[in-house]
Amino acid sequence: MVEPRFKPGERVKVLNAYPLGHVRTPFYIRGCTGTVERICGAFPNPEELAQMRDGLPPVPLYRVRFAQKDVWPDYNGSAADVVEVEIFQHWLEKA
Amino acid sequence: MKEDQGPYRPLSYFQLMEVSLRELLVEKGIVTEEQVNAAVEDMRKRTPERGAKVVARAWVDPEYKKRLLENGTKACEELGLDVPALKLVAVENTPQVHNAIVCTLCSCYPRMLLGIPPEWYKSRNYRSRMVREPRAVLAEFGLKIPDRIQIRVHDSTADMRYIVIPMRPAGTEGWSEERLAGLVNRDSMIGVAVPKGPND
Repeated sequence: MVEPRFKPGERVKVLNAYPLGHVRTPFYIRGCTGTVERICGAFPNPEELAQMRDGLPPVPLYRVRFAQKDVWPDYNGSAADVVEVEIFQHWLEKA
Repeated sequence: MKEDQGPYRPLSYFQLMEVSLRELLVEKGIVTEEQVNAAVEDMRKRTPERGAKVVARAWVDPEYKKRLLENGTKACEELGLDVPALKLVAVENTPQVHNAIVCTLCSCYPRMLLGIPPEWYKSRNYRSRMVREPRAVLAEFGLKIPDRIQIRVHDSTADMRYIVIPMRPAGTEGWSEERLAGLVNRDSMIGVAVPKGPND
């Protein structure tokens, strides 16, 4: 298993990358900065699985919490509202 | 499929693809019709009552709720519900926080607890707007969340699945677990509704 590089509470930024192929990082969250809510465990890399490979070693998966105001500049709900997204480690960097 | 699908309509592209693939698999002896039907029956047997059982137990047993929030998969197994190949995360509504679930990438859904997802859950409308303007979407479901309550939207983009533990309605003190479970419907476990109690 790939070692987790981030801890709960740490600020992380989602890579603003646009690789070809199957990825599980939604477009809307790329480039956004949030806080690690928890480490979900480690899972085979879906980008590799989509290519019929085994996706091993498993990659740490995080739940990252983003303030809606940071995701959508014109968000019209409460300033406290958040969205939480599962993101694999290789999509994150220290913010 | 023998189920009643209403008035005749030509098959859509994806329905046609499903039929072709299924017939091909059967023809090549990879699966049998019986196996396909058994799998479909298995899916149908799972209904939101399974999720309601989990919620009702969490309402009456604070220790169980604690374990459920810590490890949803294990807590379901305690009730004899197998949640195969699934990491379940239970999220709790409180007077300060309202949770709702969506899958923006496809339509990931806690099927083992809630059964087959409703059509709207898979719609582009719900999937794209739930993360963008959750308060407007919830209002369309008839749920107005005051601004002082935080909304947490959970986008199940990868290997986890989510279930909302709604708040126990007032006026249900002393109710049996079974009676409580009767208040918990599918939409309240997705987070687009809240259970109604005797006072509502």
